[in-house]
Amino acid sequence: VPHVATIAVSILFDGLAYAMFLFITSVGLSVTMGLMGFVNLAHGAFAMCGGFFVVSLTRTLGIGFVPSLVIASVAVGLISIPFERYLYRRLYKSTDLEQVLLTIGLAFMAIATFTYFYGPIPKSVPLPAWLQGDVSLGFRAFPSYRAFLIVLGAVLIALLWYAFEQTNIGAKIRAAVDNRRMAESVGINVDRLFTLTFALGSGLAALGGGLAIQLFGLTPSFAVIYLVLFLIVVAVGGLGSLKGTLLAALVLGIFDTTGKYLLADAGGFFIYAVVVVVLLIKPAGFYGRE
Amino acid sequence: MKLCRWLGLAALAVAVGGQAQAAEVKIGVVLPYSGANADLGHQIDKAFDLYVKLHEKDIAPHKVTIIKRDEGPPTGAQAKTVTTELITNDKVQLVTGFVFSPSAIALAPVITQSKVPMVIANAGTAWITNLSPYIVRLSFSMWHPAYPMGAYAHDKIGCKTAAVAYTDFPPGKDSVEAFKTGFEKAGGKVTLSIPMGSPVQVPDFTPFLQRVKDAHPDCLYGFIPSGAHAAGLMKAYGELGLRKAGVKLIGPMDLIPDNKLQDMGDAAIGTIVMGHYAVDLDNAENKAFNAEWHKAYGPDSYPDFMSAAGWDTMHAIFDTIKKLNGDLSDGAKVVDAMKGWSTNGPRGHVMIDPATRDIVQDEYAMEVYRKPDGKLGERILGTTKAVKDECKVLKVGRCAS
Repeated sequence: VPHVATIAVSILFDGLAYAMFLFITSVGLSVTMGLMGFVNLAHGAFAMCGGFFVVSLTRTLGIGFVPSLVIASVAVGLISIPFERYLYRRLYKSTDLEQVLLTIGLAFMAIATFTYFYGPIPKSVPLPAWLQGDVSLGFRAFPSYRAFLIVLGAVLIALLWYAFEQTNIGAKIRAAVDNRRMAESVGINVDRLFTLTFALGSGLAALGGGLAIQLFGLTPSFAVIYLVLFLIVVAVGGLGSLKGTLLAALVLGIFDTTGKYLLADAGGFFIYAVVVVVLLIKPAGFYGRE
Repeated sequence: MKLCRWLGLAALAVAVGGQAQAAEVKIGVVLPYSGANADLGHQIDKAFDLYVKLHEKDIAPHKVTIIKRDEGPPTGAQAKTVTTELITNDKVQLVTGFVFSPSAIALAPVITQSKVPMVIANAGTAWITNLSPYIVRLSFSMWHPAYPMGAYAHDKIGCKTAAVAYTDFPPGKDSVEAFKTGFEKAGGKVTLSIPMGSPVQVPDFTPFLQRVKDAHPDCLYGFIPSGAHAAGLMKAYGELGLRKAGVKLIGPMDLIPDNKLQDMGDAAIGTIVMGHYAVDLDNAENKAFNAEWHKAYGPDSYPDFMSAAGWDTMHAIFDTIKKLNGDLSDGAKVVDAMKGWSTNGPRGHVMIDPATRDIVQDEYAMEVYRKPDGKLGERILGTTKAVKDECKVLKVGRCAS
């Protein structure tokens, strides 16, 4: 029987890796919802799109996994700009229902399009040798890919934190989230700011999609089946809050892993129990404004 | 020109058909064409289409009209709606397909009442065939591979202890119970049982398998629906280094569906499954089946056990149309005509057990290895002949009624 501490460390490690995936994929959704109050259910579709780009880049064009992740994220970020400019923008002042209808429609169209080109069979990606196998930390070996996820997540968090807290653009975004009209009246171009954050969020979603292939396999329906998870992270974290999204991803990732390890019979129930408890105590999420 | 050909054909039909009345047989096909499990539907759909295309002429002067409907998610609700519509509005004489057990279970009362036979091409929960006298199954029961795997794992693979991990829905529980029954009868011991969430979403399998690794049994018997779950489970198994840690992966053939095997990579090598089909099965019918498949769908598309069952399903339906001379209006007669039907198909010799209306087929123990051409393949280690659904033979739980 393994030692309790070893079990705790391995749960923490797996939970952390899972949390990083949740954070990377959800943070864009949180910012767009917080900034414009726009319900973007097509967020998962951008993630799925990024995943398929990574599949094509690595398998058809023979580009390495890590460069493919970068290319796919940038490409999806750019592709998302016309969507924001010409489709989303029309509905910023509409009701939630209209926004939901537009974006869920886009998600279904994306699923059909990608099924047409890639088929419904789950795809995998070839990983470089250094991402296969495991790394040993003396007392226990950890899968390299998950270690990579954790490191990448930490780097991204640091970058995003710096961009949001320390740069001029970050300050403008925070100002616009807090009080849009005030931000506009002091001369901040909120429209352009939003296009920028939207592209950034979609690009990060695409990165998450690319990273998810190795975790879950990738099929076109990725666009909707994991959407619930992303929405949960956003709701628990609080709209538009970087800190909140991170905390929510960590709590949910670690609780989910712990529940599955220790009490598999209760299965996926844990994550929902956490959501209920958090939202009962803080209806706007960890860092949301009530 | 076209008209001439039609006239010619018509004349020919009259001349050849003579007294035979050309009948139009309406068949409803219900498979998941959308959503996370669409690829399962496609595997069977392709086999259906291929069989119809190649054998349409065999049932002349009769013709089949196939109406396809989306089975939807593995909950049974949508399947029940569309199948009821097929029966009441489209007046189909037979329904086939059905990937998910909940679909077949939800529909059983409708089938009994309407007397429209349901010919199952996949759904594998053992007791489904007991739910209605109008259900015939060409695919398998979860017990077909899982029960013989129990004794094989203990006697031949050398598993003294085993963990079982399964997707938490009826076929998963069925498969695990069948394995456990066979395994413990042979003297093995199941030390850990882990349900791994619902079939709707592919979970992160790591926490489940980490637990297995820490418990360190000789073998891990896994059951997952053969779609995206299969790839996910194999990834987690490889990533956590369970094989290196001495935990062998065994299970039914759902673990390594042929159309996903090439993507699974080295992690899959050494996996031993029990199943009734693999593209590498060495028989003439299977070689011909594979050749036709690649001709129709390209060199990178592979049939799998679902496709093989789909092929035999359409074969049985066509033989029944011939036997009844195109008259499928009486459901009871259709079912009677199918009882005892047998053929040599891609899976080898198969027969419909007249007593249970379930399939009787050979089960093969197969090991994944790397073939000389660099692709992954399955090597046959042993064969159990003419396996019946042991759940009904042993009268376990709901299989008794």
